Amino acid sequence: MSAVLQSLVNQPYKHGFVTDIESDIAPKGLNEEIIRLISTKKNEPEWLLSFRLKAYEKWLTMSEPEWQNVHYPKIDFQDISYYSAPKPKKKLASMDEVDPELLRTFEKLGVPMHERAALAGVAVDVIFDSVSVATTYKQKLAEVGIIFCSISEAVHTHPELIQKYLGSVVPVGDNYFAALNSAVFTDGSFCFIPKGVKCPMDLSTYFRTNTEGSGQFERTLIIAEEGASVSYLEGCTAPRFDTNQLHAAVVELIALDNADIKYSTVQNWYAGDENGVGGIYNFVTKRGLAKGVNSRISWTQVETGSAITWKYPSCILRGDNSVGEFYSVAVTNNYQQADTGTKMIHIGKNTRSTIVSKGITAGHSNSSYRGLVRIAPTAEGARNYSQCDSMLIGDQCGAHTFPYIQVHNNSAKVEHEASTSKIGEDQLFYFSQRGIDAEEAVSMIINGFCKDVFQQLPMEFAVEATKLLSFKLEGSVG
Amino acid sequence: MIIANSPTILSVQGLRASINGTEILKGIDLTVRSGEIHAIMGLNGSGKSTFAKVLAGHSAYEVTGGSIQFEDKNLLELPPEERARAGLFLAFQYPIEIPGVANTQFLRLAYNTVQTQRGKEELDPLEFDDFVREKMKLLEMKPDFLDRSVNEGFSGGEKKRNEILQMALLEPRLSILDETDSGLDIDALKIVANGVNRITNKDNATILVTHYQRLLDYIVPDFVHVMQAGRIVMTGGKELALELETRGYDWITANKQPAAGVSA
Repeated sequence: MSAVLQSLVNQPYKHGFVTDIESDIAPKGLNEEIIRLISTKKNEPEWLLSFRLKAYEKWLTMSEPEWQNVHYPKIDFQDISYYSAPKPKKKLASMDEVDPELLRTFEKLGVPMHERAALAGVAVDVIFDSVSVATTYKQKLAEVGIIFCSISEAVHTHPELIQKYLGSVVPVGDNYFAALNSAVFTDGSFCFIPKGVKCPMDLSTYFRTNTEGSGQFERTLIIAEEGASVSYLEGCTAPRFDTNQLHAAVVELIALDNADIKYSTVQNWYAGDENGVGGIYNFVTKRGLAKGVNSRISWTQVETGSAITWKYPSCILRGDNSVGEFYSVAVTNNYQQADTGTKMIHIGKNTRSTIVSKGITAGHSNSSYRGLVRIAPTAEGARNYSQCDSMLIGDQCGAHTFPYIQVHNNSAKVEHEASTSKIGEDQLFYFSQRGIDAEEAVSMIINGFCKDVFQQLPMEFAVEATKLLSFKLEGSVG
Repeated sequence: MIIANSPTILSVQGLRASINGTEILKGIDLTVRSGEIHAIMGLNGSGKSTFAKVLAGHSAYEVTGGSIQFEDKNLLELPPEERARAGLFLAFQYPIEIPGVANTQFLRLAYNTVQTQRGKEELDPLEFDDFVREKMKLLEMKPDFLDRSVNEGFSGGEKKRNEILQMALLEPRLSILDETDSGLDIDALKIVANGVNRITNKDNATILVTHYQRLLDYIVPDFVHVMQAGRIVMTGGKELALELETRGYDWITANKQPAAGVSA
């Protein structure tokens, strides 16, 4: 690798800085007392406390999964603080009242949210270290009956919905990290689209972890009633720290008859430095239930960050004719590790699913696609199409594909295609002989490779994703 | 065409180059002036293609001696993309496939890069589309070719036409055509040769690297050089190619090896 390229690869993480806001941090460690403390701090009803305690009991009986193709030192769950919140000064009525320091942080991240909200027509529910500090456009959404707020707020304003749906797609004991999240989640987003309503704008949340050593456990719940539709955008970026930060979120989506939920993520958590020191551990459980007939759940993700990614946004296709989609780009560089993919569980008749997974692996990183397509005996006429493509940059990285296919109905059609390619010296020479330098060449090749996924992203996200990928891979070839 | 006192575009002196420690080019001298067409002929393994790649700056080859002057520039100091921007073009023997990247996108980026270098306006996608379609007629190419991925699934003939199309777009000062005739049937060869002939003029120069005389029936060279074991061992006019066609290369070995020994 040439010196110029070397220096480009080693560019420091752009968003690495710590905002100086007084944090209210719980003592380290996890026990029943801490869970009660979180619940009390958040002034929660009894039923939610028992939800948490039930999850905690489950968690105690479980052990950390080891089947995934990633390696990291054992996490000491007693060495993590499970709650941290900016100290509330007073109740905020408008954006003007938000801590200027906080606003500056968003500026640095390139998320001028008031502008973004106003100009782009995007409602931004900002999560800052586990507590929502501002919600915009709520009014406008409320006019059509849409509820979009923090989940802790929804617990108080719409307890019946939370009680009905929370844990209905990802049960408290689903897996080790989901159980942990269910026990200690502090905040997240809640979104409810009532019957027949098409959400007039993309809903967007920007997440950010801020306090060193505090794990972040978000909980997102999105419900689209009969005939409703919504497009939800999640974007992540985190400051630079040397100690690993655990991030274990749970996202649940529920689509009733003829409903449509599109969930897009651009993830850029801090990935550690070029020697693999630091970075976020991202252990996420995302699952959508296509409960009603003709319902549709669509996941699109662009994963570029995290030291470790463990994530399988999945669809349970229960309604007849329901549709599940998974479009993914996962980029790893330096010493990043990713084990990501999806599960498509076909239960209803004539259910259809599409999986398009693009893995880009550079540096010393390791990337695995892991996918399950299960056709239940009831899923008459089910169809799946999977495509898994890997691209390798350099010769120190690894890409792996683990497709699991279980078909229990003879009328099903399941197709799986996979390919592996390399950005080769010859390709770069070809570009350079036409006057195009390596950076532009890589960016063009990568964007071409990811085209099928980027097309699924909302416009502004697609632009952001394109830039992010170029930034992540700048000079990794040479 | 040979023009008296026309400016020198390329001057190669004593060029030596190796790959993985094996010396392939063992002292090449070559001067190319504006307006001229040079053919470099020779058997497989004589170093023709290596010479073409070294001129373009392929990183697999290490230049161990000699100099390459390209107009006012020391070519050996420039990375490949700057050589290209300076007006050196290589039509690849085996054009590289780039899946996922649309031809039109690739061509426009290459074109605009060179335009910017020359201080000219870039073309937006619509303007470029008109421009490139006009050039494609030159090579009798189908419009759908623009939307396909660069060289992916192209037939041998299509790949070679794509190379010449790029030559037409980039208007280089010096074009090096590396075995452009290989893998072409006679009709495709005529189309490609016709395209090249329309592009060459008194202000540019061309080096044809080829194995066979066949191409030279359609693109007539001013000079024919014979390469052997990493050196140019004989230079003549276009009739030399015909002689090679009938007599093969052996007689040169027999005649020239002692002579080269004497001069060295």
